[in-house]
Amino acid sequence: MSWLRRHTVQVIGLLVMAYILLPNLVVLAFSFNKPNGRLNITWQEFSFDAWLNPCDTPGICSSVGLSLKIGIIASLTATVLGTLVAFALGRHRFRGRAGTNVLIFMPMATPEVVMGSSLLTLFIALGVGTGQTTILIAHIMFCLSFVVVTVKARIASLDPRLEEAAADLYASPAQAFRRVTLPLVAPGIAAGALLAFSLSFDDYIITNFNASPSSVTFPMYIWGAAQRGVPVQVNVIGSVLFLAAVAFVGIGQLLAAGRQRARA
Amino acid sequence: MTEHGSGDLRLSSVTKSFERFTAVDDISLTIPQGSFFALLGPSGCGKTTTLRMVAGLEQPTVGTIHIGDADITSLKPYQRNVNTVFQSYALFPHLNIIDNVAFGLRQRKDGDWKRKAQEALDLVELGHTAKKKPTQLSGGMQQRVALARALVNRPDVLLLDEPLGALDLKLRRQMQLELKRIQSEVGLTFIHVTHDQEEAMTMADTIAVMNGGRIEQLADPSTLYEKPASTFVANFLGQSNLLPAEVSAEVASVESGVVTVRTRDHDDIAVAAEHLPPGIRSVWVGVRPEKLRIGEAGRNRLRGVVTDASFTGVATQYLVRLPWGKELVVVQQNDGSGRLPVGENVTVSWDPGQEFILDQAQDADAGVEIDDD
Repeated sequence: MSWLRRHTVQVIGLLVMAYILLPNLVVLAFSFNKPNGRLNITWQEFSFDAWLNPCDTPGICSSVGLSLKIGIIASLTATVLGTLVAFALGRHRFRGRAGTNVLIFMPMATPEVVMGSSLLTLFIALGVGTGQTTILIAHIMFCLSFVVVTVKARIASLDPRLEEAAADLYASPAQAFRRVTLPLVAPGIAAGALLAFSLSFDDYIITNFNASPSSVTFPMYIWGAAQRGVPVQVNVIGSVLFLAAVAFVGIGQLLAAGRQRARA
Repeated sequence: MTEHGSGDLRLSSVTKSFERFTAVDDISLTIPQGSFFALLGPSGCGKTTTLRMVAGLEQPTVGTIHIGDADITSLKPYQRNVNTVFQSYALFPHLNIIDNVAFGLRQRKDGDWKRKAQEALDLVELGHTAKKKPTQLSGGMQQRVALARALVNRPDVLLLDEPLGALDLKLRRQMQLELKRIQSEVGLTFIHVTHDQEEAMTMADTIAVMNGGRIEQLADPSTLYEKPASTFVANFLGQSNLLPAEVSAEVASVESGVVTVRTRDHDDIAVAAEHLPPGIRSVWVGVRPEKLRIGEAGRNRLRGVVTDASFTGVATQYLVRLPWGKELVVVQQNDGSGRLPVGENVTVSWDPGQEFILDQAQDADAGVEIDDD
């Protein structure tokens, strides 16, 4: 009883962790299943089949490829544009600044269904056929807001005196930006880019509105497959993504801890 | 030797106006090369704006700034051989200490940056911290790094923007001496902005007291204290007793360099004739509290009642009320002569020549209530 009292926080913490991670663990476990029929719901027997042949289901790997491609292009474009917007909003006073701030916030506040359908209406009105390009345009648009907000927060936390100090120490504005401002804002830019990528990669609603039968992203593929029974390969790719994310965070933590130790 | 030394800093009729107010109002200054100069004044007096114009971080609305014969008025900060120690230190958090110090040297492609930066760090006794990050150092240490980072470039002028403001009192005193030592060691022109009059007097050769965007008085510390040119200076630097008096024709006797003036109580006070500004009849006779004596030792004597006595350690500060209500501040050294009780009738005295005299048209309370921090 007293043990429980002393470890209340840890116990609650572990319960919350379990609650968050359980779905992922189930997906991982069932990626080693060998189902009897189409449904991968009940455990049959352990197998590496799906892991050894992840592309052995029609369309799955091309959809992952498309999602990666769109995710990378959309997040890079949104990061470049968003960083520029963030600097403009964070560092300069100009007419229409307040209005821009509101507009930037809009895509985050608008329900995805509304945004997806209105984009489709726009594309149809303009006579643009849906496909990869329209998906890309849509993704860049909503990713932009998240990048701007993330980078702007970082810029706001930056002491403007640092740039003055750099100028005082003979750095031209371009040199001050490269040697002082950019390195200090970089974590914010990286965070914005990662956020943009993950948002783009798993977006379903807006993508579905603006896609064509030939441009099927991974989330769309899963949705389509779910009607008939999700193949085990989906679990494999889901697990790979999950483990990659965990590894990414883990490595980041290790590097940070290493730096901390090096300083002490 | 020309009229101006080769590295003198000259501000000529410099004005800086912002949208709603004028921060610096037509000031002209010459700061000799190698001197330790202080800009002293309350917050909002324009001292920091003046400094920022010298650094190039603000552009003067009117006027020019020269170093020697070179006009630097329109040069960008990175084009000027002027470096600043910022109030908040502004060390680059992503760079370690040695890279912070070497920033300016490397920016100027100095091949010998490693040795010079290390030497500058050694000068401020922080050579062992080269590989650390700024956040790992205490405030006082960061302050010294900021100083090293500016000094290492051997600027024509080094600007210090309230660099000791964030330090506690003990560390501040220590750094004042340190700064003074370093300045005499490297021989650069230092311009120190501060609102702390004691700090300015301790460190600077010359002080410009600023108020409302103008220079009230420019002089060495002892002249500022002994012969303030305005009531603002008299009150901002230390305490002053200001007694209103008239130089009337019948009492104005010039006798061995002494003039007699009459106070509101019709007491006659003798003052040094050389202190009396010509052509002014209504004056403030100013006497510093430590120049006043309890007792009749001095030639000028005023009677009053002790209304307050506070013991401060080395001295006792008395308030003595004169018959017409004015309270004088008197500071007596605690030399063993005993303390006076409140309510005691006393005579306060001083000798002619220990006073300073100002025009009565000036506000007696100017600069009084502006306290540091």
